[in-house]
Amino acid sequence: MKLFRNILDSVKPHFEKGGKLEKLYPAYDAFATFLFVPGHTPHSGTHIRDGIDLKRTMITVLGALFPALFFGMWNIGQLHFNAIGAEYTNIDAFLFGLLKMAPMIIVSYGVGLTIEFGFAVQRGHQVNEGYLVTGMLIPMIMPVDVPLWMVAVSVAFAVIIGKEVFGGTGMNILNPALTARAFLFFAYPTYMSGDKVWIHTGGEATVNGFSGATPLGDLANNVPLDMSMIGSFFYGDIPGSMGETSTLAILIGAAILLATGIGSWRTMISVFVGGYLMALLLNVLAGPESTNELMKTPAHVHLLLGGFAFGAVFMATDPVTAAQTDKGKIIVGFLIGVFAILVRVVNPAYPEGMMMAILLMNVFAPLVDHYVVEANIKRRLNRVKK
Amino acid sequence: MSGNKEALLSKKNVKLLKEPFNDNNPITVQVLGVCSALAITVQLKPAIVMAISVMAVLAVANVVISLMRNLIPSRIRIIVQLVVVASLVILVDQVLKAFVYDVSKELSVFVGLIITNCIIMGRLEAFAMAQTPWKSFLDGLGNAAGYGNILIIVAFCRELFGSGTIYGYPIVEKIGLYNLGYENNGMMLLPPMALIIVGIGIWIQRSRNKSLIEPK
Repeated sequence: MKLFRNILDSVKPHFEKGGKLEKLYPAYDAFATFLFVPGHTPHSGTHIRDGIDLKRTMITVLGALFPALFFGMWNIGQLHFNAIGAEYTNIDAFLFGLLKMAPMIIVSYGVGLTIEFGFAVQRGHQVNEGYLVTGMLIPMIMPVDVPLWMVAVSVAFAVIIGKEVFGGTGMNILNPALTARAFLFFAYPTYMSGDKVWIHTGGEATVNGFSGATPLGDLANNVPLDMSMIGSFFYGDIPGSMGETSTLAILIGAAILLATGIGSWRTMISVFVGGYLMALLLNVLAGPESTNELMKTPAHVHLLLGGFAFGAVFMATDPVTAAQTDKGKIIVGFLIGVFAILVRVVNPAYPEGMMMAILLMNVFAPLVDHYVVEANIKRRLNRVKK
Repeated sequence: MSGNKEALLSKKNVKLLKEPFNDNNPITVQVLGVCSALAITVQLKPAIVMAISVMAVLAVANVVISLMRNLIPSRIRIIVQLVVVASLVILVDQVLKAFVYDVSKELSVFVGLIITNCIIMGRLEAFAMAQTPWKSFLDGLGNAAGYGNILIIVAFCRELFGSGTIYGYPIVEKIGLYNLGYENNGMMLLPPMALIIVGIGIWIQRSRNKSLIEPK
C-alpha cells in the first residue's frame, strides 16, 4: 500500500488547480479514493446517517454478488461439458466458466468506466462508484454466447441513455444494468432468447437428447416441468443467464445485503410475496384440468425459476431507482412481483417477465412515493385539525 | 404591399428561411410534429418523400392563407385553414399515387395525416395570418425544411443501423461487416428508437447552443 501512496502523492500536484492535468482531477480522485480513505472532511453541515460512504456500499454489494458469480462460472462449464458429453472435474468447469465470463466483465467495465470517466471529466464531477456494481451485474444477466461487441454496445447505451442523460449516478430513472439487457433483448432478440443461447456448445456435437432450453422456455412451449428437478431449480445447475440460475447463491447474497443493512428487506420480501400471490391466483384460475403448463406451475416453483430471485435481491433493491419511502418500497416491490409473474405467464412472447416488471415499476416508483408522502401529510394534517 | 421596397432576400427574409434549421427547429426546439417523425423514419426513401410533401403543402398553404388573411373572419379562421390544407394534402396524395405508387403505399395513412401535423397549423396561425405572402412562403419553406432535415437524419440512422442499407443500397453487406459477426439492430426499427435519436439530437443541439437551455 505504501507504494500506491507514494505514487499517488508524487503525481498529485499535476492534477491540482494550476497543474498540467487539472482537467483530469476527477480521474485522479477516483483512483485515490478507491485505494484510500479520502483525506478531506466536509465543512458545511452534513447529515450523517451511517458511517459508510457510497464506495464501501458498492464494494459490499459486489461481495454479495460473488456467490452467484462464482456459482455461475462453475455452472457455465458444467453445462458445457455435460452438453458435449465430456469428462470434467469441478475445477475444469469453473475455469471454463471463468474464461467465458472474464472477457465480458472486462468489456463491461472497460466500456462503462471509460464513458463514466469521460463524462466526469467533461462535467467536472467526481467519478461515481455506481458503475462498479452495474458493470458486474451486466455480464451476470447475459446469456453465455452473447458476442462481446454486443455487450459493449449495450453497456454504452445503458450508461449514456440510461444514466448520463439524466445527470449521472443517483439521477437515473431506470436501472442501468436492466436497461442494457432490455436494449439487447429488443435489438438482437436471437441472441437473447430461444434454446440455443444458454449453453455454450462451440459448434461441437452434443449428446443425444440434449436440449438447451431453460425451464421457463420449456414451459412457454407448454412442455411440462419435471418436478423431480426442483432441487436443481434451487441449487441452480440449470440453463439460464450466467449469474442468475442459483437461488441458493442469491439467497446467500441477500443475507449479506440484509445483514449489512444495504438491501431493503421491505423490497425483497414484498417482491417474493407479490410473485407468490400472483402465481397462486393464476393456479386457482387455471383449475386442476388446465393444459396451460405455465399457469398451473406451483407458485413456489415460479419463484425459483428464471431471474425472479436475482431481480428481487439485486435489481429491485437498487437504491436509486427503487421507491424511497418505506410504504412505497412495499407497494413497488409487491407490484414488481405481480407483474413479473403476469408477463411470464400471460404474454407468450416473453418467457421471463422480471426485467420488464422491474423497469416498469422503476418508472412508477416516484409516482408511488409522491402519493405515499401526500397521504402522510394529509393524515397528519387531520390529526392537527382534531 | 408595403414590403415591395424590401429586397426579395433581405437579411430578415433569409433569417426566416434559416432559423428553423437550428435555433427554431420545429421538431427539436418547438417539439411539434414528432408523431410523424416516429412513424415514417424507418427507411430513408419515405422520409424524403414525406419531407418534400410537407414542404409543398406548408409553403403553398402559407401563401394562400397569407393572401386571404384580410378576408377570413377570425371566428372561423381555423376551419378555413383546415380546408386549404386538406385540399392541398389531397392534391399531394394524388400526385404521389400517380408517380411513386410504392412509396405512397408505404406512407399509407401518414400522407393524409399531414393535415393534422401541428407544424402546419402552427405556422398558419402564428405566421401566415399576419405576414405578407412572400415572407409566408419563405417561412413555410424554412420550417418544412427544418422538419424534413430532422426526418432525414433520423431515417438515415435508423435505416443504416436497423436494416444495414442507405436508400435501399445494402452498404453493410457490401463492406462485408456481416462476415465479421455484425448484426442489424432490431431496436432501430421500433418507434421508441426514433424518439431516442430525436432526443440525442436535442441534446447535441442544446450543448452546442446554450441559449436554448431554459433558465432553472
